[in-house]
Parts: sequence; structure tokens; C-alpha cells
Amino acid sequence: MRLEVLTKNLHMSNIGSYNERIKDFDWSIAEKELDYQPGQVINIGWYCSDRICRMGKADKQALIWEGSTGAEKRYTYDDIRRLSDSIGQYLRDLGIQPEDRVCLFMDKVPELYIGFLGILKIGAIAQPLFSAFGDESLLVRLENAQTKVIITQKKHAPKVRKILAQLPWLKYMIIVDQEPGKPLQEREVAMNMEELPAAETFQIYPTKAESPSVLHYTSGTTGQPKGVKHVHYSLISQYLTAKWVLDLRDDDIYWCTADPGWVTGTSYGIIGAFSNGVTQCVLDSGFSAESWYRFIGKHRITMWYSAPTAIRSLMKAGDEIVKKFDLSSLRHLASVGEPLNSEAVIWSEKVFGKPFLDTYWQTETGSIMISNYPGMKIKPGSMGKPFPGITATVIDPEKYEPFAEPGKIGLIAIRPGWPSMMRMYWNNEETYNNKFRNGWYLPGDRSSIDSEGYFWFVGRDDDVINTGGHLVSPFEVESALLEHPAVAESAVVSKPDFVNMEVVKAYVTLKPGFIPGKDLDLDIMNFVRKKLSPLAMPQEIEFIDALPKTRSGKIMRRILHAREWGEEIGDTSTLEND
Amino acid sequence: MEEMNEVIRKYVVREYVEDDTEVGYDTPLISGGIVDSFSMVSLKRFLENKYDISIPDDKATPEAFDSVNKICSLVNEYLK
Repeated sequence: MRLEVLTKNLHMSNIGSYNERIKDFDWSIAEKELDYQPGQVINIGWYCSDRICRMGKADKQALIWEGSTGAEKRYTYDDIRRLSDSIGQYLRDLGIQPEDRVCLFMDKVPELYIGFLGILKIGAIAQPLFSAFGDESLLVRLENAQTKVIITQKKHAPKVRKILAQLPWLKYMIIVDQEPGKPLQEREVAMNMEELPAAETFQIYPTKAESPSVLHYTSGTTGQPKGVKHVHYSLISQYLTAKWVLDLRDDDIYWCTADPGWVTGTSYGIIGAFSNGVTQCVLDSGFSAESWYRFIGKHRITMWYSAPTAIRSLMKAGDEIVKKFDLSSLRHLASVGEPLNSEAVIWSEKVFGKPFLDTYWQTETGSIMISNYPGMKIKPGSMGKPFPGITATVIDPEKYEPFAEPGKIGLIAIRPGWPSMMRMYWNNEETYNNKFRNGWYLPGDRSSIDSEGYFWFVGRDDDVINTGGHLVSPFEVESALLEHPAVAESAVVSKPDFVNMEVVKAYVTLKPGFIPGKDLDLDIMNFVRKKLSPLAMPQEIEFIDALPKTRSGKIMRRILHAREWGEEIGDTSTLEND
Repeated sequence: MEEMNEVIRKYVVREYVEDDTEVGYDTPLISGGIVDSFSMVSLKRFLENKYDISIPDDKATPEAFDSVNKICSLVNEYLK
């Protein structure tokens, strides 16, 4: 039996009745609310700061930041307007031009959030990268984007220095927390955001709807990571989905736990939040159940947008710890990154008095596509229904036609044309074109739709590993493994994990002279972690004599995958050693 | 022979610290962002290899790994 939960306060939610909203929906609703006329200037940086000030909220708290030591910084909307202007001017003075790529490679510090707006204000392209990336992950993304400037912290600067010689077009590395008097190296400059001169005469670059804004990198099954290009018009989707799905209201204290190195952290951790003029809190520290609950209680968080991995980690910490904190401020909870299992939904209803509502989207879609909505009946474990204005269905993987009857498993397909749809993979038109079939955009996920129109996630349609809500390419991990002196061959698959849904597992054969052992196992793990990222590090390595291959020599990853997940191995007629 | 806390501290610095951040025995490792939850797996593996112990997954929590001293307490529970 599928459990159902009716979310409360239907009449109070921004979206109102979902069924009414889908009847005559048009994106012009958001355009009108934002006073945007098609063809006019649209700049996300302006909408997220200057416009809110002009609405009379200049003195309202925009960002409340807390670091790992408990240090706190607060910024009003006027502060982020002024400081993002100053950063924009600083970049202009360094010679940065519209459409130049400016990488943000930082922890969740205020300079990241405000710098993002400053970059967009001068018409440059913000390229956020996860600060835990190793030097190899960083190199391929900066090379592909031919990034002009990287803004980072001194703790991450050594990773950039390691690859600087391979990045001839990188003009500057800007360090935001360089201690005064400490020497800088070649191409390095220090920028203290709080001490930048006021940019009194600063002019925002007049970007238009199709002007590029953000370049996020995402992993695929094969090849190098792809740069997903978004444009300033994405604001229309991000503003409205933040308002209707996250239900952001003027008096909300909002916490999006995502890192802006990933798309949730920019679409809803920056753009959705600031364009709606809410106060948002950021906790820049590692995860612990106690510190998260304390943070919610201290800042009286009302809207909390998090991820299944975090929710399951909180479940693991138990129910007793929840009672130590006053979490009564929480009004609305939502989740993103990977499917939210029904147990987590039911658990949150039990301990917080309200369920986490699952939302489904990805880097390429730029905003929420399928979701559960405040006030709508939710079925725990379901992805919900398409956002108004989004035509989504499940199609037959052979014919690329929607199924006529409910319950059949196929590919999720979305009709292109929503405002925040990616415009291109950077320098990779062929891969971009391969994402479309028969007029549908295919996110690469499998699902079914029940008789009431609810989507039910089944899994990826490729070998990409979704660990803790982040995509990891098996190809990238296998390539890194092959650079280890002991590794002859490798095959990388996912394996089930309670907290992260799935984690990386590597099957490895060794070169002659190397013997499997615990120390070698750890050495290989650390090698991948430093080269790529902690997410990509195999959580388990299994040494085997030979990998399963086809007679033509191709590694049969699906056999290893089936073994990990206890599934049927299927057709093995092409197996080399069969 | 080097004390356990110094062995672990040196390993953390060597493996997880990129710059000149100082790590003491009580420096917050997980909540301080020095070691993330994914990297905890490799730190746990190091401890198990080094001290020939097996730490149950449910004991390897962010709280138990949050400083060198806390890690030492955890390791000592499983040393024979």
C-alpha cells in the first residue's frame, strides 16, 4: 500500500491549487512579477540585489553566514548590491570582458555568493566549481572553459598552483583571504571584499535574455565533464519555482544546504533566494546532526531545502537528538539531488511534523521540473508532478513515444522550451544534440507514471553514479585509476549505500609485481581522492584477476553492476571467458 | 615510539590539508571542513590498517571523527 500525506495549509501556499495553476499557466506570470518585458535588459545580478533594494528592502538581511568556528557575518540587500558592484568593478579593472569565464572555487564563504552576482553584473560567465575537487578535476574543467580568472581561498590555492603551467589563458588567481604582507606568486592577486572601494559609478552590463550567465560542469558516462551553459533568462524559471515549490515568502528565513559548486547551490542557494528577496542563512561547516539542528534553532529557519543524503544521515543520528533543539520555526521542507525514499518522508513527518517534499531536476534543466507541492497530496517516494508549464512524460526507450497506459517504466522526457533550459554543452554540440529524441529532452533517468499522474523514479539510464546527490562519471574514475602505478585495468560501478544511495566501487587488476593488500587499497583510494574529489574516491576496491570483457575486449560493466545490486546478470553470450 | 595522537595528526595533515592550516589534537576535523564525510572512509581505513582493528560503520560517525583526540578514544575502544 502506498502511504499518502496531505500537506497542510493549502490555502496559505504561494502556488495555491496545483490543478488550477496548470490550467492556464504561462511563464509571463513570472515576467510580469519581475517587471521584465521581453527584449529588454535582464541581468540576474541586478534582479538579486538592486531590484530588491528598489522595492524598499535595502536594509533587510539578505545573507546570514556562519563559519565552522561559529563566526557570523551578516549582509543586507544593500550590502550585497554594493559589494557585488565593487567586485564587478574590480574584475573589470583586471580586464575581464563580457562572456569571459570567471571561476568561483571556494567553500561556502560570503565572497562566493556575492562574487557570483558581481560576475553576472559585468556580463561575464560565472563558473562555480566544488572546492573539494582535486587538481585533475579542476584542470579539465578550467581547460575546457578556457577560464580567465579563478577566485579562491588561500587554502585551495595550492591546487591551482599545481596546474597553473597548463593553463596559459588563466590571467589571474584572486585570493580572497590572503594575509597582508604574505608574498604572492605569479599571476596571483589579493582581494579583500570588505575593503574594496565603493563603485559609485558602476554600470551593470546590459545582458539580454540569451546572454550566457552560468557554466556548471556535470559528469557523463563517457568523455570529459560537460559544461552546461545557462543564460540570464533562466531567472524566470528559478524565481517562480522558488516561489511556488519552495514556497518562499517575504518573512521566511531560508536555508539551502547545497554548495554553490553544484547547480542547486546557485539556482536556489543564490538566484531563487535573492530574486525572491528572502533572508537566507548559510552554514559553512562540515555535517553533523547536532550542528545542523543547532543552526536551525538558532536562526529560526522556516524553509529548509536539503538533500536525501543529509536527511538519511539525520535519520541515522536518531530521534532523541532532535528533542534537544527547538525546531518549531520550520514551516516547509523540500529535498533534491536523488530520489527521496518513502521512509525518509515518513520519518520527517514524524520528527519535524512535516514531510520533506521531493523535487526532481538536474544541472541541465536549471530549475525544478517535477515536484511535490505545498498543499498537494503527496505520495511518499514519488517525485510528484510536473511544474506548471513543464510538459514531462515517460517514453518508450525504443520508439521515443509516450506510453499510452500508466505504470510502464521508460525514459523521462521533457518538451524543451522552459526558460532555464541549458542552451548548450560548452564546445560540445554533438553531445548536446544527443540529449534530444523525437522532440523530447532526455535527462537520462527512468521512471513510471501512475494513474494519477505521479512520477516514480526507477534509476539512471546510463552508468553515471549518483552518490550523495552528485553525479560521478565511471569513466573519469577509471581514467584516474589507470594513472596509479599499480593499476593495470579497472572497472567502476555503483554499489548500494544507506546514506548516499550509492557509492563508487572499483574493480581493479594489478600490474605484475604488485600484490593486493590493505595498504595498497588505501593508497589507491587516496590517489583518486586527491586527483578527482572525495566523491569520486572508491569507497571499496576489489582486486580481481581479470575483468569481465566482451570478445572484442570491451569491459562489461553491467555484469559487475548487477553483482553489486543483486540483480540478474542478463545476456552473457558475448562474454570473453564464457 | 610516537604517540597515537601524533601519528593520526600527522596523517591528517599529510592527507587532508592543502595549505599551512595548523591541526592540533582538538581541531575540529569534520565540522571544521578539514575532512569531509566521503573522506572519512579513507581515514577510517587508515586507522583500521594502522592499528589492526575493525571499526563498525555505525561507530564511525562525524562526531566520533571530529578531532584527533576523539579519534584516539574511538581507536582505543577497539584495540585489544
